[in-house]
Amino acid sequence: MTLYPTGADGRALLRTMIMIRRFEERCAELYTETKIRGFMHLYIGEEAVAAGVCAHLAPDDNVVATYREHGHALAHGVSARAIMAEMFGKVEGCSGGRGGSMHLFSAEHRLFGGNAIVGGGLPIAVGLALADRMRGEQRVTACFFGEGAVAEGEFHECMNLAALWRLPVLFCCENNLYAMGTALARSESETDIAIKASAYEMTSWSVDGMDVAAVERAAERAVLAVRGGVGPVFLELRTYRFRAHSMYDPELYRSKEEVAGWRTHDPIDTFIATLRAAGELDDDTLAEIESEVVAEVDDAVAFADAGTFEPAEDLTRHVYAEVE
Amino acid sequence: MTITCREAMRQAIREAMLADDRVFMMGEDIGAYGGCFAVSKGLLDEFGPERIRDTPLSESAFVGAGIGAAMAGMRPIVEIMTANFSLLALDQIMNNAATLRHMSGGQVGVPLVIRMATGGGRQLAAQHSHSLEGWYAHIPGIKVLVPATPDDFRGMLQPALDDPDPVLIFENALLYNAEGELSDGPFTPVDRALVRRPGSDLTIITYGGSLAKALAAAEQLTADGIDAEVIDLRSLRPLDDDTYLASVRRTHRALVVDEGWRSGSISAEISARITEQAFFDLDAPVGRLCSAEVPVPYPKQLEDAALPSAEGVVAAAREVLADA
Repeated sequence: MTLYPTGADGRALLRTMIMIRRFEERCAELYTETKIRGFMHLYIGEEAVAAGVCAHLAPDDNVVATYREHGHALAHGVSARAIMAEMFGKVEGCSGGRGGSMHLFSAEHRLFGGNAIVGGGLPIAVGLALADRMRGEQRVTACFFGEGAVAEGEFHECMNLAALWRLPVLFCCENNLYAMGTALARSESETDIAIKASAYEMTSWSVDGMDVAAVERAAERAVLAVRGGVGPVFLELRTYRFRAHSMYDPELYRSKEEVAGWRTHDPIDTFIATLRAAGELDDDTLAEIESEVVAEVDDAVAFADAGTFEPAEDLTRHVYAEVE
Repeated sequence: MTITCREAMRQAIREAMLADDRVFMMGEDIGAYGGCFAVSKGLLDEFGPERIRDTPLSESAFVGAGIGAAMAGMRPIVEIMTANFSLLALDQIMNNAATLRHMSGGQVGVPLVIRMATGGGRQLAAQHSHSLEGWYAHIPGIKVLVPATPDDFRGMLQPALDDPDPVLIFENALLYNAEGELSDGPFTPVDRALVRRPGSDLTIITYGGSLAKALAAAEQLTADGIDAEVIDLRSLRPLDDDTYLASVRRTHRALVVDEGWRSGSISAEISARITEQAFFDLDAPVGRLCSAEVPVPYPKQLEDAALPSAEGVVAAAREVLADA
């Protein structure tokens, strides 16, 4: 038995991770060119988490994410075009240009943000799952948040409520070790996050978030369990952010050596090596994936560039529902 | 038929639940306990624990869960014990309920109703007695209703549930025992203010728990030959400018009575709008009677001194009339 996805499944996972990486590398360039403004938080280094978890979500499962959510949006099926246009602030963006990088929404894909209040998405995820439970829907709500959210009261309220009501939520804690610049050990008395979740009587696993095969295996079991009605399941995904917190972060709180050390565990390089060693990936296939991805990113940038800015006359739209 | 405001709201909840499977209720002690103000008494027996959901003391989680369930198409009624406790859920109300439609470019609405008790006069001191409805009326994206009569306790819930956006209903706790007749006529839309007492000498603009005080004051003023018009705002967001401005243009004098604090208040907003839109119709400066700028105290004589009273309204009205 192999411990990694083979064939088309493996290539799809690899493609998703490379797509997120190349998309965000381009975003960083576009930020420098001032095409993208505001706060922008890159996911580079953490791609295995979104790719591995979303691989096991159905297209109509709910996703609630944070302000570092480009990867989740891409992995859950939102087009690179719609995301890039959103970051450009264009009407063609997935939130009509009103949200920007931190607030990607797509009702069609059941992506409910893009929440920039740490911990603020968790109650929403609980409510989405409650609605599904009350209506007998078999849907799963995947809720992504960082380990910084664990310090918020809302985290504990939501762990308790979801477990108490046995709601179908897959809690995915992306533990990248830093809440902005605050190291986990400097903010938590108990740094084992999975233990905190298990205190709420829910199934809770720690997973190597740099290994997409491990994430994918855990997600498969977790999604199956949640869909099957066990109540919420908690995954602590141990990962690392290679880039700065946002585009303004001088990274005073961690050493270059530490970052360099983690880069040797790059989830994309690791998975490529695994697939190559097993004879599942050759140079031509990898080159093909890369060129497809680059073409898709180029196309997204061209689409966003050609998009339209909403006129200021429309400023007050969407504060309340538009009644015909 | 005579009915209390408590019974009127209970009837409204019951009818909404019978009419629509999507409607359910959650909050602290609404089920087994019967509701801290007994509004939901008996509903657990009738509808069961799936639709009358007792929650843990987790305001942020259950208000946020209401938001998520509403986003998913349910029609939750969330009860918060008092306006003071709503501050524990302020993040969810302000950062999520009020913003999600806008940030998502109109894709995601939050058809949620939040009911809470407001106001003082029960010797409950400074963490159970404040009137924060005017404060919430500051926030674009939500609507704020302030019923003052059994008809409005009975009639405002269904329009609030039918509203595609979040609606907060502030129920002055002293009104739960107040009795009145239910009228048979058509229900005035919730966003329209009503003239509760016609008059020609002065317009008293008020809402909620202060309406009865204003009406009592108007009766006392007749002894001085003063004929005061009393306007019940009913909604603080949106404000029905047309109704109170039309009245002020007739009476040429205005007094705003508001149980909230004076500084930065809804009474300040109304006074400003009168000044902006009816300045040349005024024969005297706009008067205001608000709560004293102190946290509401426990002892009765101090609490009475802090809150607007009928006698206070009479005195304030005389001042407005004395000003040339």
